[in-house]
Amino acid sequence: MKEEIIISGFGGQGILSMGKILAYAGIMEGKEVTWMPSYGPEQRGGTANVTVILSDKRINSPVLNTYDTAIVLNQPSLDKFVNCVKPGGTLIYDPANILTPPSRTDINIYTIEAMSESAKMQNLKVFNMLLLGGLIKVRPIVTVEDVVQGLRKALPERHHHLIPMNEEAIRHGMEIIQRL
Amino acid sequence: MHNDHEILLLKGNEAIAHAAIRYGYDGFFGYPITPQSEILETLALLRPWETTGMVVLQSESEVASINMIYAGGSTGKCVLTSSSSVGISLMQEVIPYMAISEVPALIVSVQRGGPGLGTIQPSQSDYTQAVYGGGNGDYHNIVLAPCSVQESCDMVGLAKELMMKWRTPVIILSDGSIGQMMEKCTLPPYTPRRTDEEIRQQCPWAVNGLGIKSRKPNVVTSLELDQAFMEKRNKALQEKYKQIENTEVRAEYYLTDDAETVIVAFGSAARISMGAIDILREQGHKIGLLRPITLWPFPNNEVLELSKRAKRILVVELNEGQMLRDVEWASQFSCPIDFIGHSGGVIMTPDEIVEKICSIAK
Amino acid sequence: MDEKIIKSPENIVYQKPRLMNDNTMHYCPGCGHSIVHKLVAEIIDEMQMQDQTIGVCPVGCAVFAYRYLDIDWIEAPHGRAPSCASATKRLWPNHLVFTYQGDGDLACIGTGETIHALNRGENITIIFINNAIYGMTGGQMAPTTLMGMKTSTCPYGRQADLHGFPLKISDIAATLEGTCYVTRQAVNTVGNIARTKKAIRQAFENSLQGRGSSLVEIVSTCSAGWKMSPEQSNKWLAENMLPYYPLGDLKKL
Repeated sequence: MKEEIIISGFGGQGILSMGKILAYAGIMEGKEVTWMPSYGPEQRGGTANVTVILSDKRINSPVLNTYDTAIVLNQPSLDKFVNCVKPGGTLIYDPANILTPPSRTDINIYTIEAMSESAKMQNLKVFNMLLLGGLIKVRPIVTVEDVVQGLRKALPERHHHLIPMNEEAIRHGMEIIQRL
Repeated sequence: MHNDHEILLLKGNEAIAHAAIRYGYDGFFGYPITPQSEILETLALLRPWETTGMVVLQSESEVASINMIYAGGSTGKCVLTSSSSVGISLMQEVIPYMAISEVPALIVSVQRGGPGLGTIQPSQSDYTQAVYGGGNGDYHNIVLAPCSVQESCDMVGLAKELMMKWRTPVIILSDGSIGQMMEKCTLPPYTPRRTDEEIRQQCPWAVNGLGIKSRKPNVVTSLELDQAFMEKRNKALQEKYKQIENTEVRAEYYLTDDAETVIVAFGSAARISMGAIDILREQGHKIGLLRPITLWPFPNNEVLELSKRAKRILVVELNEGQMLRDVEWASQFSCPIDFIGHSGGVIMTPDEIVEKICSIAK
Repeated sequence: MDEKIIKSPENIVYQKPRLMNDNTMHYCPGCGHSIVHKLVAEIIDEMQMQDQTIGVCPVGCAVFAYRYLDIDWIEAPHGRAPSCASATKRLWPNHLVFTYQGDGDLACIGTGETIHALNRGENITIIFINNAIYGMTGGQMAPTTLMGMKTSTCPYGRQADLHGFPLKISDIAATLEGTCYVTRQAVNTVGNIARTKKAIRQAFENSLQGRGSSLVEIVSTCSAGWKMSPEQSNKWLAENMLPYYPLGDLKKL
């Protein structure tokens, strides 16, 4: 098993920490993991991205050209990464920041209204956990239990009381993700 | 304190900080600079002075840091510093002092784009600085090049062993990508720091006053007024370097058994190359990788042997061709050698290497 | 009187300090370094700290201090002795750690290291020989060279517009929170030598008791650099150096 994921959007959307929690969940499953924040010219333009790789075997390049799964959270990210998804791969986006939806037909496209849902929940901070829930629903690479354990590792102890709320958001994300 | 292995998701820089504590280092002295500040930050957060007794000090400059480890190493303690490119440049004055005075110490160099202030993105353009030395005189550093977070951690242990065994400065030549990326890392159990008595036994040369009543005073100095005696010291140092070259070369082979094309790359460039090799192997290319783990001593024989078997070598570096010269020399030009590199903080992708191979291996 | 009788223990009134060896000193006649070396050797011996002392040598005239005192020494790069001493003391907290530096080393190339070590309150002693000139390299201008004073790099005398002003590093040190003791002494008279010894002893005790940083500035002569006889030098010191660098404690907590 090997899953190569790119998560891309605006800085401040919790992309890096979402990737970190996903990577920790992978470790809980005994997988090899790599979390690589964006470097180089692609960082310009106000977008942030992180590549997360989970694998049963040693991971070679942490830098990739193509991905099994892309989660894109704004239009520049979608434009940049839509053609980097491997045929048969998965693209997840939040329609809130997307004006021109993807038109590829050889990949599985999902939408998740995480932005509006987190606003409804009056807790914008769970935005990335909704996405994470959506991701592991359509790409069951780790379980919710792994993610919760990952949270326990990733968060400092003083934030552990927030874990149930995050778990709830993950489970909610699993419900609201929709296939296009 | 778990006295056991612990598996964590860590940045390469964080792993080095954890490893320094767990391998029983006595002191860290450093100055903040991107992209390596997590080393000092992590140490500050972990507060090892309350557990293992390890000293952690934020110095006023890289110049001060390197002098602190020069002195710390002179007293027989196991010490390290870390910095990045321009900061490492500032340290160059004192590294030769350590080399000729045979002072053990670890310098972690987390490279960023240069020359000058350059960028804060990853680069390997300080290969020459580490391997050939920016300081004066005839000296070498043992240079270890990690390609993963785990190896960053492990090399802190290896460096301790090597610097104490050979009484020489050791450089871990990391870069911004290995320093900043997170991977699964199995941390070693805690090794207790040596007691004063153990230091006295193991380092009879050290400057710490211990046992001075039963021995002559110890002095750590690089200064000689007698040029003939200075040359003698130099010759002895070169003799030691020969022994290191004979015994401490480390390299990794990846799919080289049947390889017609061999990539030579170290550190993060080696990781990206391995990604390219996986793609090329699927396409039927017979291609493999030689990854120097020690950049000095350089795996000359390993390069030569492969260059005699292979049809071509491709050197991949995040610089404009620094290790390339060493590969050319080591190969004795037994096969054509090509190069692909990026600099200034730009990282190549596996596809670029794939394209390059396809264009040269038609 | 028979030599044997003279040398019998009960008749000895003065002898070379035990920690000072027989190596011939390279210092010029009339130089203050040898006097201060002797004081340091006496004090370490009196404190019975020989096996727990680490000295840090400078680059400058005292570069070879390690040849004369039988303790362990580190030879620091130019100006960096305070950094070396800081790390050494932190790694060996029960040891007596001191630096021995001249004005070029301490107050010029190593100003940053000096200020920061003192400001951190490192439990070290800095012994600072101020003779207002670079002796080792042959008489060039020092940061502490007096106004109008001639050296090989200010042959027409130190001028403010060309060279700036003589630096009073001890005055700066006294303002730092980390210092517990800053004093300026001299070794030009017997009385001053005795006071200098007391000051160094005090500084060493501060270091061992963890009271903070101590700086002992010793205004000294450089008869070779000043191009004077030792006797003239001592006179010149009293008449010219001491008005600008007055003796006494600048800070004592």
